[in-house]
Formats: sequence, structure tokens, C-alpha cells
Amino acid sequence: MNAIASLVWFARHERRLAWRDALSMMTAGRPDRERRAWIWLCAFAIALHVIAYLLVRNFVSQQMQADLPTLIAVTASILLSGSAMLSQAMESVTRTFYSRSDLELILSAPVKAERLFAVRIGAMALSAALMSILLMGPFINVLIWRDGWQWLSAYGVLIAVSLVTTSLAVAITIKLFQWIGPRRTRVAAQITAAIVGGVFVIGLQTAAMFSSGTLQRLSVLQSETVLAHAPAPDSPVWWPAAAALGNGRDLFFVLAASLLVFLAVTARYAPRFAGYVLAASSVSEISRPAAGAHRFKVLSPAASLRRKEQLLILRDPWLISQSLMQLLYLSPPALLLWHNYGKAGGAVVLVPVLVMTAGQLAGGLAWLTISGEDAPDLVQSAPVTPGRLLRAKAEAVMQCIGIVFFPFIAVLLFVSRQQAFYAAAGIGAAALSSIAIQLWFRSQAKRSQFRRRHTSSRIATLAEALISIAWAGTGAVAVSGNSLWPFSAGFALFLLLCVRWLSPSRLS
Amino acid sequence: MPSSPASAPPALSITGLRKSFGRPAVDGLDLEVRAGEFYLLLGPNGAGKTTTLRMVSGLLKPDAGAIRIFGVDALADPIGAKQITGWLSDEPMIYDKLTPPEYLEFVAGLWSVPGDVAGSRSRELLRWLGLEPHARERCEGFSRGMRQKVALAGALVHEPRLIILDEPLTGLDAGAARLVKDVLQEKVRGGSTVLMTTHILEIAERMADRIGVIAQGRLIAEGTLADLRARTGREGATLEDMFLSLVDQDRAAE
Repeated sequence: MNAIASLVWFARHERRLAWRDALSMMTAGRPDRERRAWIWLCAFAIALHVIAYLLVRNFVSQQMQADLPTLIAVTASILLSGSAMLSQAMESVTRTFYSRSDLELILSAPVKAERLFAVRIGAMALSAALMSILLMGPFINVLIWRDGWQWLSAYGVLIAVSLVTTSLAVAITIKLFQWIGPRRTRVAAQITAAIVGGVFVIGLQTAAMFSSGTLQRLSVLQSETVLAHAPAPDSPVWWPAAAALGNGRDLFFVLAASLLVFLAVTARYAPRFAGYVLAASSVSEISRPAAGAHRFKVLSPAASLRRKEQLLILRDPWLISQSLMQLLYLSPPALLLWHNYGKAGGAVVLVPVLVMTAGQLAGGLAWLTISGEDAPDLVQSAPVTPGRLLRAKAEAVMQCIGIVFFPFIAVLLFVSRQQAFYAAAGIGAAALSSIAIQLWFRSQAKRSQFRRRHTSSRIATLAEALISIAWAGTGAVAVSGNSLWPFSAGFALFLLLCVRWLSPSRLS
Repeated sequence: MPSSPASAPPALSITGLRKSFGRPAVDGLDLEVRAGEFYLLLGPNGAGKTTTLRMVSGLLKPDAGAIRIFGVDALADPIGAKQITGWLSDEPMIYDKLTPPEYLEFVAGLWSVPGDVAGSRSRELLRWLGLEPHARERCEGFSRGMRQKVALAGALVHEPRLIILDEPLTGLDAGAARLVKDVLQEKVRGGSTVLMTTHILEIAERMADRIGVIAQGRLIAEGTLADLRARTGREGATLEDMFLSLVDQDRAAE
């Protein structure tokens, strides 16, 4: 088979795997749900278009010009989507290195592995582009509909950004591999991916908070300081933004440059992939010796379970990077708290963010401890009642939540005891609600499937988010001194009851 | 085989056990395992062996029937029954991020084994199973054989009176399989009862006090090797010949 034919053959193989993987994610591995999944996807796309229309219609009526404020805003949007794409691509590259799946088969076959890796790098770029198109596409479509065909070029910019970010992800991960070795790269790349994914939006929020005292990201971009220091509108810095706004010449340069970068990175690194994959696979064979001799200490069944869950969470670098991501989003409100120390306004922003984050973090941890039990037979065959087992797991989650959020509550206590009480109550309510939802919707899964936990029950995912928002709203209402907060809390409880009513554990 | 007093309850008594997953997996099974014996359950794929063992271990709820472990009603008092039972499946499920001693510490905690007793037993089991040199490593890098040994240590750390093992030798090399067999025989000599399924008929011939043959969810033959030879009327036949003959007879009778 010549080079082109084998590239095409590998591409078809990858396309089939990617398609089945995507279908399995949409249907949670149940082929009978395929039709329903398509209906949901269509409904989701329509909903996104409606949201996009509501958000974009004002911009359209203002007749957008390629002036400096517009170029800055569009560039910020491109960077925002680029940071998410880079994070996703870094995750994909790390997965290619460390997940064995079909690599042993391919590396043992008499084919040039670099062709497969070239195709895989291409597939990563494609998947990053598709993910962005899924989220940004509705906005672009609305702009095309309301403002004209020139907006079609925004799709070209998304493709260019995906090519550049995938190239960057490959280069960063391979450089990490060379600098710190295969063992540390796995953790470092996962943490870097998590940080990259959030750093741009967090940076903007932080800057906005210090400049205007709010978390309005775009406010800082339109400030006089930024406008005064920004390059002139004809600078190449703005080419991607100008291309997105419909400038054909800039689009051509942006696409050509990104394609060149992508081809150069692929040509340079694809031949080395096989060596790195082999180095990474040998790492997973070697387990790390623990420091010092083990001191045997037997606890009660519940305490043993709590300790086990905490050890497993602490020793999972990927999970820590995901949690770090959620905690990173807490840094702007934490700064706000510090900035507005002693003023009442800060808590109105801080408390809902804390409550919302607690709900989401507790949901993830509860899934890991309840559904992601790696030795279900062992735990079920133990002489411990199921109720006691589940309670111990819930307690383990609440302990983690307590450790993460205690510093915020402690600082709030110095500002106002009442605000600290509302924050603690909101965090507790949101975390307990998420744990309850995970209990009601539990289904046995492998811990390694954490990334796909949302696909097993969309109702649970949606409910977790909605109820966290409801508790966050309650926290905001309470902290602002409004006496209507019991109604908001009642609404959150009502939602929780509805979820209970819909849950499979009630029906079984 | 150690003989138990007439008044002592059997290690395991199963009566009229049924479980259906759309079609019957276990269909009115009656089985009795005496205290202190090594009982082997044989049967073709899909015969209902694993389903039976999972119901005895409290991992599956039967549709009908009764299970008593040393006189304890496993359905009415599952905690009491689990306290004296140890379970090991063919797929060793352990925690990758824990070291073997941490895993045993966790299991000892679940079974409420006193700390000093659990510590000495764990060290003994780790030494016995050749895991001592790996005691400070996390299980994530362990081979299948080593994982199975860690899981076996977990099943034995609380000194269960009834040890239930589902295909414990699958995928083990000769050395590891010999070690596991030695450990189990030692446990039977020490007074424990072993109920085990296997596809390796040589083990049944060499280790079992009694053999039960299960097909289509029912016990179709039971006894010592000599009993089974007499039943099939094939003097000097190997267990493999007898097993195939019994299963064929059962299929023909359907």
C-alpha cells in the first residue's frame, strides 16, 4: 500500500472508530436509544440557535464594523474558544500516549506507524474543530442569517484555530515528555490541560474584577486603557478577527499559516509518536513504591470506606486536575472577596459561585464514590448494610467538600457571620442535593469512565446543574438581605422532589 | 475429609434455589456442602455456577429458594451470613491506587477484624502468597496473577468459615496456580470449607472431596470421583469423560 492509500485507509478506520465512539457516548452505550439521541441532539441544536439569536440580535442591529473595539471583542472570543480547544487537544494527545487500546496491535503490524499517528493528529484537530463548531456554530449561523454570507468565514477561522491549537498541544505534550519523562508527563499534561482550559476566562474575570469591581469579562476589553495600548486595526494581530468578520484576504492568510504550522508539526512529530507510546506503555507497567513501611491500622467499616475513598481521590491525578479546574474558577470570586473585604457587595457575587461549585464538585465526587466503585463485589459481599455503605460514601464526599470550602467560609466569618452561615448552608444544601441525585441515579460503572458519567443519565446531569443553580440563587437572595429566600429554597427542594420522582431507584 | 458431628449444621445448604434473567439461570437447585470439605462445582458454560455462587455470597437476590450458611439464613440475615463468608470472583477487582497492605487493611475494616489480628494475618498472607516484596507498590502495575493473589488475600484476611471461589485459577501461570491451590488446601486442613467452580478438571480430580455437576441450573450429579464413576458406569474413566457423559445424558433427557 502506498503512502496516500495507507493514509486514506487509516483515516477510514479512525472515522469508523470515532463515529461509533460518538454514537456510544450519545446513547450511553445502548443502541436502542439512537433515535432518541438524535431527537435530543436536534432539540439541543435548536435551543442553542434560539439562545444565539437572543444574544446576537443586538450586535446585528448595531451594524458591526471592523473597528478596534470589535476586533478586540472578536479576538477575545477566538482566544476563549482556542483555550478550550487547546485543553481538549492536550487531553487527546495524552490519551493517545497512555491508553493502549489498539496501539499494541498497530505497532506490532508491518505498517508505518507514523501514518496512523499523522491521521490521529488530524482526527484530534477535526474533533477540536467539531466541538467548537457545535458551540459556536449557532452564533455564526444566526449572524449569517441576519447579517450576510460574509460570516461564513468564521467557520474558516474556527478550523484554523483548531489546526493551530492541535499543533500546539502535540508540541507541548512532546516537549513535556522530553523534559520531565513519561511518568510525570501524564499528570503534568492533564493538569496543564485543565489550567489552559480555564486560564483565559479566569484571567479576564480577574482583570475585570480589579478594573471595574465586577466579574463582567468583556468590560475590561472595552476599557480606555486596553484601547489605548492595543495595536492599530491594520496590524496582523487582528487578522484572525478580521477574517472572522469576512475579510477574504485575511482568511486566506490565516488558513494558510495554520495549515503550514499543522503540517510542519505533524511531519516533525508523527514519526516519533511510536517511540513515545512505547515509553509511556512501559511506565504503566511499573508501579510506584510507597514511602516507608506500612503501619497497619484497622478502622470501623464506615471509617474504612471513607478513608479508602479519600485515598483513591487523592491518588488520582486526572481527577485532581478536573477538580483543580473547578477550583480555579473559584479564584476570581476569591480575589473579589479579598478586594471587597469588608464591603457587603462582594458576598452577593461570591456566595452563589461557591454554592454552584460545591454542587458540581460534590456531584462528580459522589459519582466516583457511589457509581464508580472499582470493587463492587467486595463491598457488597462485606457484612455491612447497604444503607451504611452508602452513608459512608456520602460522608467521604462531604468531608472533601468541607476541606475545599472551609477556607472561604472562614474568611467570610470575619466579614459577616450571617453571610458565612448562608454560604455554609448553601454549600451544604447543594452538595447534599448532588449526592442525593447520584444516589438515586446510581448505576455501576468503572471509575475510569468518569469523563462519560454525564452520558449515563442526562436527567441526573441536568438536575444536578439546575438544583445547584437553584441553591446558588437562594444563596444570592439570602446574602442580599431579601426575605424571599425561603421561597427560592422551597423551589430548590421542589425540584429535588421532582428529580426523586423521576429517578429509577424510586421506580424499581 | 474431616467428618462433622451429626448435629452440626452443614457449611452450606441450598434448597429450591431459582433465578431467572428472562430464561432460568438457576432452576430449583438443591445442594449441600459439608463443613470442612473441599467441594467443586463443575458445569458447562452458562450452567448457572456463577449465578449460584453470587446468590450464596449475597451479590444477587434469588427469585425463590433458601440459602443457609452454617445454619444462618443468608436471605433473612445477610450480614450474619456475610460475616463468615469469603468471596473471590474470576475477575480480580481491586483498587489500583492502593498497595496490598492498604487493600487488606480496608477489607479487614469492612469485616471488623481487630487491628492487631488483621495486621499479623495480613503480613502472613502477603508472605504466604509471595506478595511481601511488592507490599509497598500500588496494585496498578500488578500482573493478573498478582492481582488475583491480592484479591485472594482479601478473601481470607477475615478467616471465613466458608470460602467461595469462582474460577480462581483463570489466567494464572503454573506457579501462581500451585500457590493458590496450596493455600486453599491449607485452609481446608485448618477447618475452613471451600466451595469452588473451575473448568480445570485435573484440579477437581486432585483436590476435591466431592464434586457437583450442574447443567441448565440444576444439579445433575454429585459425589466423590468413585461415586461419579459408578454412576456413569465407566470404571477407570477420567473426570473429563464422566463430565461429558453426564452433560450429554442430561441434554438427551431434555
